[in-house]
Amino acid sequence: MQMREQFPFFKRHPDLVYLDSAATSQKPQAVLDALNDYYVDANANVHRGLYQLAYNTTEGYEAARGQVARFLNANQASEIVFTRGTTESLNLVASSFGPLVVREGDEILVSAAEHHSNFIPWQQLAATTGARFVVAPVTPLGETDPQALAKLITPKTKILAVAQVTNVAGGLVPVRQLADAVHANGGFVVVDGAQSAPHMPVDVQAMGADFFAFSGHKIYGPTGIGALYGRQALLERMPPVQFGGEMIDSVTDAQSTWAEVPLKFEAGTPNIAGAFGLAAAIEFLQAQDWSTVRAREDRLVRRLRAGLSATPGVTVYGSANSLGIVSFNLAGVHPHDLATFLDEQQIAVRAGHHCAQPLMARLGVPATVRASFGLYNTADDCDRLAAAVAAARGYFLGTD
Amino acid sequence: MALTKLDQLYRQVILDEAYHPRHHGTLAAPTHQVTVRNPSCGDVLTLALEVKDGVIKDAAFSGSGCTISQASGSLMTDRIIGQTPQHVLNLVATFSDLVIDGQVKDEAALGDAAILKGVHQFPARVKCATLAWKAAAQALTKGAEHD
Repeated sequence: MQMREQFPFFKRHPDLVYLDSAATSQKPQAVLDALNDYYVDANANVHRGLYQLAYNTTEGYEAARGQVARFLNANQASEIVFTRGTTESLNLVASSFGPLVVREGDEILVSAAEHHSNFIPWQQLAATTGARFVVAPVTPLGETDPQALAKLITPKTKILAVAQVTNVAGGLVPVRQLADAVHANGGFVVVDGAQSAPHMPVDVQAMGADFFAFSGHKIYGPTGIGALYGRQALLERMPPVQFGGEMIDSVTDAQSTWAEVPLKFEAGTPNIAGAFGLAAAIEFLQAQDWSTVRAREDRLVRRLRAGLSATPGVTVYGSANSLGIVSFNLAGVHPHDLATFLDEQQIAVRAGHHCAQPLMARLGVPATVRASFGLYNTADDCDRLAAAVAAARGYFLGTD
Repeated sequence: MALTKLDQLYRQVILDEAYHPRHHGTLAAPTHQVTVRNPSCGDVLTLALEVKDGVIKDAAFSGSGCTISQASGSLMTDRIIGQTPQHVLNLVATFSDLVIDGQVKDEAALGDAAILKGVHQFPARVKCATLAWKAAAQALTKGAEHD
């Protein structure tokens, strides 16, 4: 199949059923070429050198920023801060923006389905500011419950932090409705886009996000690069959290002043190769037809859910509308044992708490098994996993 | 027929041990108690020991985890009852070597617990097997904890 052939990883692993793209996706040749070309052709530090090569590389780095801005439909490139990924982006907002707006007695609202990266930074911010950390209940099958969140939005809600697509159940959260309610109360909305960016077109303005975070490596780009979108006016108010090279305006013995947004948040030599690779990944993703991608992934989700449900004792979390993610458990078999069994059949899935322990606690399980799709997955991958889970039941529990 | 790699890991005795663990629960009067976790996977195990007159008089474990961690907890507690703390620390080191390397000189000292050596073919699962043993070492080296 043409899509799979664009990913050299599968030439090395022809028999592997890779169902862990929500953890990290494989990389197309175009991204690998961009990384290689950068090091072979364009390697120079950015925003420093005066020679032509350094100038060109700086242009390329800033062009990548522009590409991210268009990918998210930001107003302008300066609203994009390059980071290591979603986690660093969210931590930057919590530690720099958080103290500007959150006071003692205020409320910070999250869903219990959040990834730890969009949970702990807010829990810590609440602890240091004396704000109340409000955790909204989830649906019985582990989805963020928009109605439960909406009910908890009050005039004290200074920040709503929510994943557009959750990382365990894969449900799509209607961010815009929630954002309107938060904004009407004078609060701000931080969106974790780690699991939505790989599966759907993102429009930060349409969804009403004040901040939006995503990772390059989950959208077919390299590891170690991601971005934070922030509204220009908000980024300008925020103090830098790291100090050093590239982020200054002027430095004297007595004091220092900062570079303009976004460079004031990018201390030290950035991940330049990563930015070039990320730009290539975005180009690759934008060349896809989203409606075709969505239809395909939806078919895979439904096929896998149906296949798994045919085995007695299987609980499938989330819903048939999940975006590229299917989490499940097999009664009587621990997810780790199931994952080892699947691994022996060359099926790579994630088993564990998925950095979502508060969600696991509400589901009443220590862990789940999660299968997640990328552009390269096929119906055959779904069928092999479903058949292997049925076989695992016989192996561990005997047939009855 | 030789056992497959998977069958060596999940031998029937190990599955039995996991689904019907011995010494599972709590102790009435523990002298040592410790809770350990595998943060990467969420397994949690609480180990209670009663040490009296220089030997481990009783041991019990509780918590949640996979087949391997539960079987290991059962085999570990059964093996250390009646032993001196120093001998237990030696067993912990021996067990750790066994599940990492697949062989160790004094394998016999581990008794039934040696059936877990198939774990060495699954490096990702070594942490599951050693969790209970780490708890024992931690409990005994941290000293008695009196409430």
